[in-house]
Amino acid sequence: MPITVQIPTALRRHTAGVGSITCAASNLGELFSVLDEKFPDLKPHLRDDKGQIRRFLNIYVNEEDIRFLGGQGYSFQEGDEVLLVPSIAGGAV
Amino acid sequence: MSHYELRCRECGRSWGNQPRSICDDCFSPLEVTYDYDALRAQVGRGNGQGTFSRASIAQRPPNMWRYSELLPLPPGYEPRLPVGFTPLFQAPHLAEQLSGTTAAAKNLYLKNDAVCLPTLSFKDRVVAVALSQAKAFGFDTVSCSSTGNLANAVAAHAAREGLKAWIFIPSDLEPAKILGTNVFGAKVVRIDGNYDQVNRLCSQIADEHRWGFVNVNLRPYYSEGSKTVGFEIAEQLGWRLPDNVVCPMAGGSLITKIKKAFDELIKLGLVEAKEVKFFGAQATGCSPISTAVKTGSSEIEPQKPSTIARSLAIGNPADGHYAIKTIKGSGGWSEDVSDPEIIDSIKLLAESEGIFTETAGGVTVACAGKLYRQDRILPEETTVLCITGNGLKTTDVLAGVYRTERPIAPKVAEFESYLQQTLEPADVAAEIRGVVASQAAGVGA
Repeated sequence: MPITVQIPTALRRHTAGVGSITCAASNLGELFSVLDEKFPDLKPHLRDDKGQIRRFLNIYVNEEDIRFLGGQGYSFQEGDEVLLVPSIAGGAV
Repeated sequence: MSHYELRCRECGRSWGNQPRSICDDCFSPLEVTYDYDALRAQVGRGNGQGTFSRASIAQRPPNMWRYSELLPLPPGYEPRLPVGFTPLFQAPHLAEQLSGTTAAAKNLYLKNDAVCLPTLSFKDRVVAVALSQAKAFGFDTVSCSSTGNLANAVAAHAAREGLKAWIFIPSDLEPAKILGTNVFGAKVVRIDGNYDQVNRLCSQIADEHRWGFVNVNLRPYYSEGSKTVGFEIAEQLGWRLPDNVVCPMAGGSLITKIKKAFDELIKLGLVEAKEVKFFGAQATGCSPISTAVKTGSSEIEPQKPSTIARSLAIGNPADGHYAIKTIKGSGGWSEDVSDPEIIDSIKLLAESEGIFTETAGGVTVACAGKLYRQDRILPEETTVLCITGNGLKTTDVLAGVYRTERPIAPKVAEFESYLQQTLEPADVAAEIRGVVASQAAGVGA
């Protein structure tokens, strides 16, 4: 059940420049385990000291915020495209 | 060397000055910090006669650049537009309507950015700062994701600065805001999605194109422009701080930056220290920040926006976490209001004070009314409502509110007949009495 994960430029210095990977994770927990194993340097940038996903990291599945899909409980479907996006943009008001 | 630099808001790492908005280490947002010791020397302790003292600021032109020392402007930057320094004035009639008492008449103020130049919203302030840096960083194209006001501002300022502009908007934006972007020659890209989706797309595009996205890679500089609202409020109140500020919230940045402005003025000794309460205003149809405040949460649960207040329709506010902190830390509160309440409040502000605001202003006024009724804001307290945009941009929400009057022939008799039909019975009696009285006095009309 392969899914694709897109890694933003800001994090690619921790992935030796790799911008995208394909893996078989079935949920967010498994996805992070795959990323931890593949890119050990990336781990502290995605999660805080307590292992929680960092507050300013947004995760999208096929362009939908994963929090609208059930968050950590969401089961990835074959062909899902996962985006890691910093929560940076936004209105100024 | 600059007197400011970017620093991570969470881990504190310094990033110098560059087009970037996040810390690579912890993914947290960056913020501009200043050399306050050097600035304090410019204020001039004691007699307050320094180059950045109250007296010297008062001598400067009436625009937001009078606070340049507290803005992240490139060395030698010469502003080309007189942005900001919008009116701050008392709103006695509105005060009575909102508070139910005349006691608030002298204490309620409106900060009217509906007349901010050049594009009639407070976004002119943030874009002015962002584009100063865009040029310094060598960008020839600027861009943004926008709910409309920012689109107008980026397009206009880019035209003035000779930069190309690419503007990304949700496809359902108000026609006036789209036209008000097209007219400046900007390339408008309509996205079939809501603002949060446009925003996410822009983050990805910013990753691939070397453009100056004012609210992505230029965001730390851009958001500093919001502080000028706070500086102006303090100066226009006679260099003192109000008791309360009511501020609309979309991404949640403005309310935090007004707080930062007040804190900086205190730090530099330009105003006396004071605890100011910050109150956030949202539309119920998109209220992730006010929901968090009301439920006691420090985190944002994203929402799918559904409100006529499109300029506030951000379901996943980037600065939501900091807005919550600002509100709670100040002893303030956050409220939200329905779409009908927004329209009623647009009308109320127009009829009571002669200010035509857009939907965001309706949200602010309606929420202020709730806060007075809840006794969270008291009539004797100095309270400032931030009116951030102009009603001429969102006239579509008032479609159908006012009937189209039938035309009458250009004859006095026609008008008299029309008058009889139009006035309420009590008004007719008063009108007749007035006519009789004026005829008796021989003054006629």
